[in-house]
Amino acid sequence: MFSGSATRKRRRAVNRGEMTKTTDTEPRAEMADLIARIGSDGDMEAFEQVFRAFGPRVRAYMMRLVRDPQAAEELMQETMMTVWRKAAQFDADKGNAATWIFTIARNLRIDSYRRSKRPDFDPNDPAFVPDADPTADQTMEARDDERRLHAALEELPPEQRRLLDLAFFDEASHSEIAKRLDLPLGTVKSRIRLAFNRLRATLGDRS
Amino acid sequence: MSIQHHISEELLLDYATGQLSEGWRIAVATHLALCPSCRRRLAVMEMTGGALIAEPVDEEATQEAASDESASWESLRKRLAADRAHTPDAERPVKAKASSQAGQTVLPEPLRSYVGGDVDTVKWRPLGRGAYHLPIETDDGTARVRLLRIPAGKPVPEHGHRGRELTLVLSGSFHDGDDLFARGDFEEADETLQHQPIATEGEDCICLAVTDAPLKFRSWLVRAVQPIIGI
Ligand SMILES: [Zn+2]
Repeated sequence: MFSGSATRKRRRAVNRGEMTKTTDTEPRAEMADLIARIGSDGDMEAFEQVFRAFGPRVRAYMMRLVRDPQAAEELMQETMMTVWRKAAQFDADKGNAATWIFTIARNLRIDSYRRSKRPDFDPNDPAFVPDADPTADQTMEARDDERRLHAALEELPPEQRRLLDLAFFDEASHSEIAKRLDLPLGTVKSRIRLAFNRLRATLGDRS
Repeated sequence: MSIQHHISEELLLDYATGQLSEGWRIAVATHLALCPSCRRRLAVMEMTGGALIAEPVDEEATQEAASDESASWESLRKRLAADRAHTPDAERPVKAKASSQAGQTVLPEPLRSYVGGDVDTVKWRPLGRGAYHLPIETDDGTARVRLLRIPAGKPVPEHGHRGRELTLVLSGSFHDGDDLFARGDFEEADETLQHQPIATEGEDCICLAVTDAPLKFRSWLVRAVQPIIGI
């Protein structure tokens, strides 16, 4: 199911206790339940577990862009505060905890760091066109999808993974990526397309 | 009729990763409001972001930071205690009114709030040759955003090729070469693409156009000598 290097990474992580919480399939589902407990009961213990698992990762994500440990810490704390406040809106049955936390962290990077307005579509707008498949618009995909996507990511060729990493963490534009990796722009674009074609195929080609 | 022309992988990824600035976001987000298929592609990209952020962080960095982790949690806990009084999501932005007849709303969010109402409230300004526009104010210095109303059968004005250009059709349609663009269709063009959209006969075409801000055009001096079509 997982490639060799991924398994090794997981084994190493086992010794770190909390680290495994979201790297294995079962505990990942647990993470969604923890968020549900925060939402329904304001469960501080559950919140601490989510913090211990995601705090360092969100901090690392912020650090890649802001390059200042204090600012990264602040943005991480803001992200976790938002997780706390919005936990009740998270759908634990369908929710993908990592995706949900990623979108919160990304939006905070835009709002607080880039200080840019963030116009977005509104599913409650009368002009909004809903999906013919009623489950598709419950944005976060099933946990099953989450597991399959993780596996597919591990199996992507390293050069395609590297591009995704640069795009998501460094917010590198396609032309910046091309410059950094000394590749023609066309190659960067086609590798990104290949990567997402493959990831979408894993999830049953939903587009 | 279903949407035929969608957001490119590159542009959608810029949106998913948070790189797109306000002006360009308006066009992408408004297409997303009309297009379930692009929203599914976006969902896969956001899941990818989630999977990447869930990767274990670099071990050395983790060890170094481990001692700070408890201090970090303590400080967060204090903030939470102070935050208890907070009512979640009390503050919701005021949305511009949709059209009174349900199902008749032409401008989806987020565009409608930028315009301040639906198309029937727009105070069009003449561009000449029967075309009208409405400049839309944003804080984005990189993009020029506006609604265009092109008379039936006429070319879209100011179609010199001076940079990136996003066009989203909201009502009516236009032809560009052999391609037909109708409601929801999204066209991405840059200076390398030779094109000349022409509104379809029978109905005015209303579209959203986002282009590089005029300041940037100055670096395109070479192109300034090219004939500018339609104005
Ligand atoms: Zn689309």
